[in-house]
Amino acid sequence: MNLRRLFLILTPYAWLLLFFLIPFVIVLKIALSDYAISIPPYTPTLDLSAGWEGLKSFLSELDGENFSFLASDALYYTAYLSSLKIALISTVLTLLVGYPIAYGMAQAPEEWRPTLMMLVILPFWTSFLIRVYSWIGILANEGFLNQFLMWTGIISEPLAIMNTQRAVYVGIVYSYLPFMILPIYAALEKLDGSLIEAAEDLGCSKASAFWLVTFPLSIPGVIAGCFLVFIPALGEFVIPSLLGGSDTLMIGKVLYEEFFSNRDWPVASAVAVVLLLILIVPIVLFQRNEQKQREANQ
Amino acid sequence: MKKTLISVAALVAVGAFAANAEEVHVYNWSDYIDEELLTKFKDETGIDVVYDVFDSNEILETKMLAGGSGYDVVVPTGGFLQRQIQAGAFQKLDKSQLSNLGNMWDVISDRVSKYDPGNEYSVNYMWGTTGIGVNINKVKEVLGEDAPVNSLALIFDPANMEKLASCGVHMLDAPTEIIPAALTYLGENPDAQDLETIEKVEPVLTAIAPYVQKFHSSEYINALANGDICVAFGWSGDVLQARDRAAEANNGVEIEYHIPKEGALMWFDQLAIPADAPNPSAALKFINFMMDAQNAAAASNYVYYANGNKASQEFLNEDVIGDNAIYPDAETTAHLYTTTPYDPKVNRGVTRLWTKIKSGT
Repeated sequence: MNLRRLFLILTPYAWLLLFFLIPFVIVLKIALSDYAISIPPYTPTLDLSAGWEGLKSFLSELDGENFSFLASDALYYTAYLSSLKIALISTVLTLLVGYPIAYGMAQAPEEWRPTLMMLVILPFWTSFLIRVYSWIGILANEGFLNQFLMWTGIISEPLAIMNTQRAVYVGIVYSYLPFMILPIYAALEKLDGSLIEAAEDLGCSKASAFWLVTFPLSIPGVIAGCFLVFIPALGEFVIPSLLGGSDTLMIGKVLYEEFFSNRDWPVASAVAVVLLLILIVPIVLFQRNEQKQREANQ
Repeated sequence: MKKTLISVAALVAVGAFAANAEEVHVYNWSDYIDEELLTKFKDETGIDVVYDVFDSNEILETKMLAGGSGYDVVVPTGGFLQRQIQAGAFQKLDKSQLSNLGNMWDVISDRVSKYDPGNEYSVNYMWGTTGIGVNINKVKEVLGEDAPVNSLALIFDPANMEKLASCGVHMLDAPTEIIPAALTYLGENPDAQDLETIEKVEPVLTAIAPYVQKFHSSEYINALANGDICVAFGWSGDVLQARDRAAEANNGVEIEYHIPKEGALMWFDQLAIPADAPNPSAALKFINFMMDAQNAAAASNYVYYANGNKASQEFLNEDVIGDNAIYPDAETTAHLYTTTPYDPKVNRGVTRLWTKIKSGT
């Protein structure tokens, strides 16, 4: 094996080691420690100067107490489930909004497409935080939406959207929409137009041609988009804390509370480790889907 | 907040051009300083102030306990200060560098020594109370002319809260502020340290939680000023800032702050220097600058909080020193209490209780 190949193969592994495995081991180490009033706020800390003996006594003080603590309190279990629910519902909503947009883009005349693509990406040029903040101005009781609806006379009392679960859905769908549109658009754009023509020649109506040809061929894009929305939505913290009410329970918020309010880094780390384990399932599924795609294309 | 953000951006920009100049990194609460003081400090000492803000003690504490925050001056509240001193997060102040120390007010320093024995690690920046902010017209519209705006019953009696929910209620997202108040409402010791007593507040708070639109520690300033909410249980100066913003906007919103007659929490925000501060000598200069009588007065005149600086009182505006909500009279002061931090085990119980109250799980 020549050096060049070795380098190419090692690079992704080095990347994973540096940016995934080492941070994960650090978090896991903290998850196995105990809380203390000190800097940093946990014990034991690894004293490298004590050499092998130091390492041994360090390892002997680690334990899985924090994980059994997570299992003993329904809060964590409920928060994980509630995050899953919110992430699932928002993924479906994003798909319902994103698919027609992607389809419309793919149907648009060739010369428009780069502009449409640009419009989808444009919001990324503004800070994510500011975009979520501006939804407060839109959704608040005295916000634009309520003022507009009351002006038109559709409603007489302001709708309570801000600080509820509804606002969280609005925020997630809005923020992650491009991640749904882009992969679906990529799948639809590649679609060979003659397949539709053939379907129609063979007696398909426009609707059944869509369901029998276009949609099945866009499924890989749909799956990719769903994962790209679902995975970050599961651990989302900013949107529920800015737009959601106090009863919106999500694991990202629980993690924040453990870390900041309880100052209990060990338990916070344990929550993070469990969250990662939960996320591994969809990530592995996503990988396998990509793999299958690649094989099918060959 | 917007004002702070813009000026922080301006300061950062200035800092970028003058990278060689000496800098002091200050980490203070949001909406908590007259920005002109920072310019004045730069003019007097030639030291650039890199100013950054937070809105909860928890965030500050996490940075302090992680170490290496890069800040030279930080502003924790009493109980948090005490725990961080225990953890070794701060350095003792070199009092020979603090020529303005004689300006400080012994009444406040004595109370603070509960958290910082001998006042060795900190000097007072501002102090205030936790109480009730009301949009008086809306509250009267909902509860009638004799609405109990100066009583904890306004926010802890579900009958009142049920009606107030229609116009919006915010509460601080800080169990260390709300639980002592609820204990006071129940006639218990607000500084109770045992979980058994503390848990007595659960039925009270669970009953009103559904009517609280949001538990948050800074959004209520804007929400009150814009008329989005009609009641906030929050910090005195923040409510008074909301009052002034509403007056400036001339939007017909009239805000009042009331110290509950049953008693209120008195808290102290303290200037302190992290143990690993990059520039402790500039930090001391900054602290000394803020202890100057006129500067302390300018800060209080701007943020509507009382300060622990006796000498500054002659420079205070009449609407600050003369306002019973900011500088309470002796009778009100007698009802003010302080609290001590919970030990880690009780603290976990308190946070868990707080989550349960807010989320129902």
